[in-house]
Amino acid sequence: MTKAITEIATTEPKTIKGSPKWGDLLLRIVAGLVLLYLFLPIFVIILFSFNDPKGKFNYSWQGFTLKNWADPFKYPALTDALKLSLNVAAVSTLVALVLGSLVAVALVRQRFRGRTAVDTFLILPLTAPEVVIGAALLTLFLDFGWAAGYVTILIAHIAFEISFIAMTVRARMRGFDWTLEDASMDLGASPTRTFFKVTLPLIIPGIVAAGMLSFALSLDDFIITYFVSGSTVTYPLYVNAAVKAAVPPQINVLATAILLISLILLAVGTLYRRKRIEA
Amino acid sequence: MAGAAASNRQRSKIAPYLMILPALAYLAIFFVVPFFTLARTSLSSSGGSIYLPTLEFNWDFGNYLEAFSHYQDQIIRTFTYALAATVLCLLLAFPLAYVIAFKAGRYKNLILGLVILPFFVTFLIRTIAWKTILEDDGWVVSALGAVGLLPSEGRLLSTSWAVIGGLTYNWIIFMILPLYVSLEKIDPRLIEASKDLYSSNRRSFTKVILPLSMPGVLAGSLLVFIPASGDFINADYLGSTQTTMIGNVIQKQFLVVKDYPAAAALSMVLMAIILVGVLLYTRALGTEDLV
Repeated sequence: MTKAITEIATTEPKTIKGSPKWGDLLLRIVAGLVLLYLFLPIFVIILFSFNDPKGKFNYSWQGFTLKNWADPFKYPALTDALKLSLNVAAVSTLVALVLGSLVAVALVRQRFRGRTAVDTFLILPLTAPEVVIGAALLTLFLDFGWAAGYVTILIAHIAFEISFIAMTVRARMRGFDWTLEDASMDLGASPTRTFFKVTLPLIIPGIVAAGMLSFALSLDDFIITYFVSGSTVTYPLYVNAAVKAAVPPQINVLATAILLISLILLAVGTLYRRKRIEA
Repeated sequence: MAGAAASNRQRSKIAPYLMILPALAYLAIFFVVPFFTLARTSLSSSGGSIYLPTLEFNWDFGNYLEAFSHYQDQIIRTFTYALAATVLCLLLAFPLAYVIAFKAGRYKNLILGLVILPFFVTFLIRTIAWKTILEDDGWVVSALGAVGLLPSEGRLLSTSWAVIGGLTYNWIIFMILPLYVSLEKIDPRLIEASKDLYSSNRRSFTKVILPLSMPGVLAGSLLVFIPASGDFINADYLGSTQTTMIGNVIQKQFLVVKDYPAAAALSMVLMAIILVGVLLYTRALGTEDLV
């Protein structure tokens, strides 16, 4: 399943000729409408970051203001929650990258007994619904007598990130020319030197992509975190509490800012890749 | 692969096991063992006081009976909603994935980027935005009311439609991407060949494109159905007490009522139904190309 997602960037464009004009137009219109549907809530989120709500909830349009953008960090609890989420995402991704990449490299580069079993085992965490994973982890921590908090959140995030990372790195490593390693060693490089000069540069792009995916998944995770967080509040948990009590427009401001940053990263990444291909 | 194996001849035999050990050990402790503690909890009885609850493991299957008898409605509703959302995702995602794969030309990567972009906003905030869009005095409700398409409740929020719509929106990306990948892999010459052999457009679609896109349909359906059947956010934000799903009950029993055995039994039931469903579905579509 994940292969389907992680393979996207590696494909090349192609087109089909000879479809009828009207059907073709209709198809394009439907596709355009679906794309619009995907963006509808995003437009609302951006628009409502400029709203001036009178009550506690930012659900209906009251008037245009820039004051939310002038003071995005007005609510310390929201800022702290966001900081905590960034911290959890960074730390858990680093640990999961080491564990997941090692598995991916072993699966692609080594032949060993039980390879397929390991393969199947790695997909399992992706097939269980989050609510069950969260509930199961909660019963484990209750059994161990561990207090829910920062550490249990980290443990849970690493657990679901490992599989995503292993799958992504593995998908990116397929089809590489590994004889380069032999060439390096034939030319007298030590295995260590070969690893740092040949192997690592080959697998780094896959590891970076996996790291970004893992970071985004961690930052966005609500359901599993909800079960193992105790009284610790991450960014999605803050948002959920806000829905019950009061939704400040700063939530929209920060969401829009995150979207803009992702957009810039995406654009820079695309330009960088295009430049490398041209060069 | 043969080359890969040959180039490894100088490495020791235990090296691969040392590489996979840390991750497997981690997943064994924090993914496999939790399912045992979950199963154990589901077969325990709770005792003690509210302040000092105790759990006693005594093969209490009563929790399962209770799960079925008390939450039958939620169980049926959950799988109805998840199935409806999966079908809607498929219907909406197919045209878009098809256009990106075959018609987008040099805008392909741009459109793919656009498709992924909305999912950089936290899932909860997107769902809050749907709450705003579907509001009772919002433009969607008044527009639907004007053409007489409003559901019998006279509103959208707090109805099943809103929940199914929310589930569809939140996981449609997991339908679009695998569909796109499998459509993209189709050799356009196959479609041209079918047309050279006097096949109509419809026949080309049903005999060439659709069968070849099946791995994407299968992967996409599972990637939508599984998380949708475990979700409780959409039912919580967009629904009412009449639209609660299993996820809502599990969450409430675990974190509010703290009736751990009942909640654990319900989690096991959810997991079991999903597993059986997935097995039947993959067998029916008969694709081994899942991973």
